[in-house]
Amino acid sequence: MEIILSGILIFMILGAIYAIHARDLLSALISCGIVGYGLVICFLLLKAPDLAIVQIVVETITLIIMVSVVLVSTRFELDKEPGFKHKSRLNHQLLGHILIAVFIGIVLLYSFRLAIMHLDSFGDHTLRMSEAYLEGAAEKTGSANLVTGVLFDFRGYDTFGEATILFTAVVGILTILRIKGRK
Amino acid sequence: MTLYILCFTLFLVGIYGILTQRNMIKIIIGLSFMEFSVFLFLALIGYIEGGAAPILSKNFESGNFVDPLPQAMVLTAIVIALAANSMLLSMAVKLYRKYGTFDIRKISQLKG
Amino acid sequence: MKGMSIIVKKVTQLVSGLMFLYGIYIITHGHLTPGGGFAGGAILAGSFILLVLAFGSDLLKLKKREEGSSVVESLAIFAFLILGVMALFIGTHVFFKNYLPAGTVGNLISAGVIPLYNIFVGIEVGAALFTIFLALAIFKEEVLE
Repeated sequence: MEIILSGILIFMILGAIYAIHARDLLSALISCGIVGYGLVICFLLLKAPDLAIVQIVVETITLIIMVSVVLVSTRFELDKEPGFKHKSRLNHQLLGHILIAVFIGIVLLYSFRLAIMHLDSFGDHTLRMSEAYLEGAAEKTGSANLVTGVLFDFRGYDTFGEATILFTAVVGILTILRIKGRK
Repeated sequence: MTLYILCFTLFLVGIYGILTQRNMIKIIIGLSFMEFSVFLFLALIGYIEGGAAPILSKNFESGNFVDPLPQAMVLTAIVIALAANSMLLSMAVKLYRKYGTFDIRKISQLKG
Repeated sequence: MKGMSIIVKKVTQLVSGLMFLYGIYIITHGHLTPGGGFAGGAILAGSFILLVLAFGSDLLKLKKREEGSSVVESLAIFAFLILGVMALFIGTHVFFKNYLPAGTVGNLISAGVIPLYNIFVGIEVGAALFTIFLALAIFKEEVLE
C-alpha cells in the first residue's frame, strides 16, 4: 500500500515540476491535470470515495475554465521583447540560486519533520473525537454515509460557512469582471 | 513517514513555483499544487490499515472504518479551493484585459 | 461563441440529459452512497457546461448577463439558511440541529434534514459553478475586442 502510494506521489511530483517549467501554458495546464487526477487515485486507494468523486468533477471543471481562458488570451508564457533579456539559464548565478533553494528546502523539511514527529505512523490512526463520531453515528443521524453525517449534522455550521464562501466568491468574480478600468 | 515527506515535497514544489514564476497562470497552478498536497496530507492522516470506506451496508454494520472527520474537512476544502482559484483567475483575466499580458514584470512597469 | 460540428451536437443531445439525471441521483442518494450535494451539484454544472460548449452561446440565445443562475444560487443558499434557522424554533434550541425524525438507516427517506440540506447545497454549488463558467469563459469575448 505504502509503496503504491509513494509511486503515484513521485509521478505527481514529476508532473508538477514539468508544469512549473513548461514554456507553453496549455501543456502546463495539462500537466496540472496529471497531478489532480493522480490525487483522485490516491483518494480511491485511501478508501475515500466521496473525495474521489468530488475531486474528479471539480478538477475537470477547473481545467475546462482555465483552458478556455488560456485559449482566448495567449498561450505563451513570457513576452519576447528586446527590453527583457532572456538569457540562457546556464550562467554563473545559477549555482548560487540552486544552493539557496536547496538550503531553504532542507530547513523547511526539517521543521516539517519536527512537526510530524509526534504524529501516529501511517495507517495507525487514533483520534478521540472521531471515535465519538464513529460510535453510534448511524443511530444518531440516521445517515448510512458517515461522511455526510459528519458534514451536515455534527458540523453543519462548517458546511454553511463553506456555502457562504462559494457565494461570496461568485459575487466577487461578477464584481471584478464588471468594473470598467480607466483607459 | 516517507509518504508524509513526499507529500511535503509536493508542497515545496508549489512554493517554488509561486516564488520563481513570472506568469500569473503559472502562479495559480503553483497555488493549486499546494492545495493538492494539503488535501492529500489530511486524507493520509485519517487512513487506518485494513479499514473500510465509511459507509454502512449490510456487510459492514459496524467495524473498522476509516476516520470520516478528515474526509469531511477535505470535502469542504476542495470546494473552497475551487472558489479561491476562480477568484484569482478572474483577477488575472481583468489584468489581461487592461494590459494585454500575463507577465507580472511588464505589468509592474506600466503605469495604470 | 460558435458551436461545434453536427456530430458533437448530436452526441451532446444524447448525453447531457443522462448526465443531469446522474447528478440528481448522486444528490438524492447522498446519505446512502458515496457522493452528496457537492459532487452532484458539480455534475449538474458539468451537464450545462457541456451544452453551452457544444451548441455555443449564440444558438442557445443566452443573454449577456449571468442573472438567472446567480439568482438561483442566492435562493438556494437562502433556503439552506432558513432550514438551519428553523431548528432554533423547533424542539431544542440549537442551531443546525437535526429536528426531523431519523427513520431507519438505509431507506431513501430517512436521516431527517440531511437530504434537504443535500438538495439545496447541490443546487447552490451547481449554479455557482455555472455562473463562474459563464462569467469567465463566455462573456468576456465582447470586451476583448
